[in-house]
Amino acid sequence: MDSSPLPPQPDRRNFLTKASAVVIGAALALVAPVAGLMVFLDPLRRQTAAGGAVLVASLDSLAENGEPQKFSVLATRIDAWNTTPNVPVGAVYLQRLTGRQVRAFNVVCPHAGCFVDFREANNCFHCPCHNSSFSLDGKVLDPKSPSPRGLDDLLVEVRNGTEIWVHFKNFRAGEKARIPV
Amino acid sequence: MKALLDWLDHRTGGKKLLHEALFENVPGGARWRYVWGSTLTFCFSLQVITGLFLWLAYSPGSQTAWESVYFIQHEMWGGWFLRGLHHFTAHAMTVLLVLHLMQVVIDGAYKAPREMNFWSGLVLLLLVLALSLTGYLLPWDQKGFWATRVATSIAAITPVIGPALQKLVVGGSEYGHHTLTRFFALHAGVIPGAIIACIVAHIYLFRRHGLTPKEPRKNPDAAFWPDQVFRDAVACLAVLVVILFFIVRYHGADLGAPADPAEQFPAARPEWYFLFLFQLLKYFPGGTEIIGAMIIPTLLMLVLAAMPFVGRWQLGHRFNVGFLWVLLGGIGWLTYLAVNEDRQRPEYLLAVQTADRDAARVIVLAQSPTGIPATGAVTLLRQDAWTQGPKIFGQICSTCHRFDGHNGSGGQPKDPISASDLKGFASREWLAGLLDPERIAGPHYFGGTKFKEGKMVKFVQEEVTGFSAPQKADLQKAIVALSAEAALTAQRHLDQRDAVIIAEGRKLLGGEALGCVECHKFHGAGEDATGPDLTGFGSREWLIALISDPAEERFFGKRNDRMPAFGAAKMRTALEISLVADWLRGDWYEPTRAKGGAP
Repeated sequence: MDSSPLPPQPDRRNFLTKASAVVIGAALALVAPVAGLMVFLDPLRRQTAAGGAVLVASLDSLAENGEPQKFSVLATRIDAWNTTPNVPVGAVYLQRLTGRQVRAFNVVCPHAGCFVDFREANNCFHCPCHNSSFSLDGKVLDPKSPSPRGLDDLLVEVRNGTEIWVHFKNFRAGEKARIPV
Repeated sequence: MKALLDWLDHRTGGKKLLHEALFENVPGGARWRYVWGSTLTFCFSLQVITGLFLWLAYSPGSQTAWESVYFIQHEMWGGWFLRGLHHFTAHAMTVLLVLHLMQVVIDGAYKAPREMNFWSGLVLLLLVLALSLTGYLLPWDQKGFWATRVATSIAAITPVIGPALQKLVVGGSEYGHHTLTRFFALHAGVIPGAIIACIVAHIYLFRRHGLTPKEPRKNPDAAFWPDQVFRDAVACLAVLVVILFFIVRYHGADLGAPADPAEQFPAARPEWYFLFLFQLLKYFPGGTEIIGAMIIPTLLMLVLAAMPFVGRWQLGHRFNVGFLWVLLGGIGWLTYLAVNEDRQRPEYLLAVQTADRDAARVIVLAQSPTGIPATGAVTLLRQDAWTQGPKIFGQICSTCHRFDGHNGSGGQPKDPISASDLKGFASREWLAGLLDPERIAGPHYFGGTKFKEGKMVKFVQEEVTGFSAPQKADLQKAIVALSAEAALTAQRHLDQRDAVIIAEGRKLLGGEALGCVECHKFHGAGEDATGPDLTGFGSREWLIALISDPAEERFFGKRNDRMPAFGAAKMRTALEISLVADWLRGDWYEPTRAKGGAP
């Protein structure tokens, strides 16, 4: 800046003034960031809604030969402030096993969260992102697959003879263990 | 540590900068009157930080703005406090700007060579007011929405470019998504950017010319640190304490009901520091608004901006100080007039009451298990019987009917009551009154209608009066049974308890003894009846059908008195009719057990 008279040197005896100025200054500086961080960290304390069973399909709509078929899972979606009933919240592959037994896999690849495809030609599940492949029972097929675990199977109930109810859940990707999110 | 600091200093020159910042000379030593600039800088930094965090949770859009602000205020951790801090700091800034301006003018700090400094300050004043104006709309509540409509309509009277200007600001001819995206970009991007640039210039110029000491100087010169820093810190603390007081007192910032372009809002007022302009506009008759809205404010700003030149004359400084006092006094007086006028106007007070009621109600609905639909929270109020019922009743029913003696919202219609009072319609008490010989021809039932001379009145006054004790007991049972047809929410427990009586009463209603079926149909009985069908009397379906078309065979037929066919004649929508019916039946969402909130 331009030439100004020599500034006076600080007075070392003003310890109390200095200390108070620093303490007050620190307190002033903290208020807004703390208030903001609380709101910012809000998602950490929110629990995902515990998913009950959802009616996904009827038994008759599944192929008798056990070939997997993809179905949307419709449920109430809560997105921050909006509550929307009866919208797709995910998807599952359903396979008819012997008798009235049904197997359900979450379509999400446990590696990084892409949706896996069912490949009729190879009779396996295949992830289009990083080439993980899974057998019909959900196990990792190719040992070179990057997925740390097999497809996530979901609890299925057949109610009233034909209604397929799935306890739909998502699991954390990239982990060996199945941890619900 | 020291090595690291030295390394940094070598590359940035930070030490010198810090030294310059802290050991700036304060001529005449530290004084309390120099704190205003620092408090403003403090407030601005509060606004930047709180604003950025609010940004992380805010969503501009006409179906998401109110909703996201609601979520911040009522669902997110400490959200009410963050909003409150941002809101009340904005108010504090306006007050501090005025104080800073007063100190600068009174101390003559605007004089040469500090003209640029002064002007950049005036620009900052306008920019901060622009922040307030744009921020007021962002929650997209009724008050922000309607106040902003006024503000943008004023922009439209600008000569030549006005209409185009308004369209650009609003983002179209209607207020909607683009109004919000534009206001938000202005509020959170353009204006703060301009403010930062101006603050940098303002502080640079301030440092260049140094502080203007208040004469006479009481003490020798001193460094900024620590005495002036201490005073600045204490002043900022005091400002913060006041802000905190207001945050706690009002539990954060106010959030009105969501904006509804179809719902008139007479309680719309600008923020208090714009009230003087609002009041000023009242004095300019149609066609001359531009004088109050633009010419006068611009002239006043020009006089302020001319202060450095005026100040050169002998009496110039006194004139400047006097002008400022007169200006502030005038603003204060206009503000007082605006507030006072509103306070004495019953319609305004009623509008504020309704606004508060709607604001509280929409929160209850938003926290209900159904939550906020994707169409936005405004749908919740539009489809809420508790909110809409009284309004619709007041508009279409209360010309003849009353509700507990009033028009549904507590007001008095201009014509006297000329049809039944519908408070508690179809309840046991209401029916007992109808079947009371003393009351049936009174103003609360058929007194004001042509049915006053009708068969029902004759029946009650002649037959029921002569009922024996057992017949009266039977009538009681019939009343209970008829009321149960309505399945009123408020009587649910009573109806459950009295199931046996209701069964008996239904037989009596359909039987010959009481004589009801001579004129009324009731569950198959009364084939030749010509009076209103009592099957499902007062139920939702029955009431909606009646309001839709009272002259239908099932109801009054040809004998209908004056009641219009609100549905059949397309006078009201099906939704409106069902809302008023639900309201009359006391059927609306109550958060008694279903405690809403975060999933």
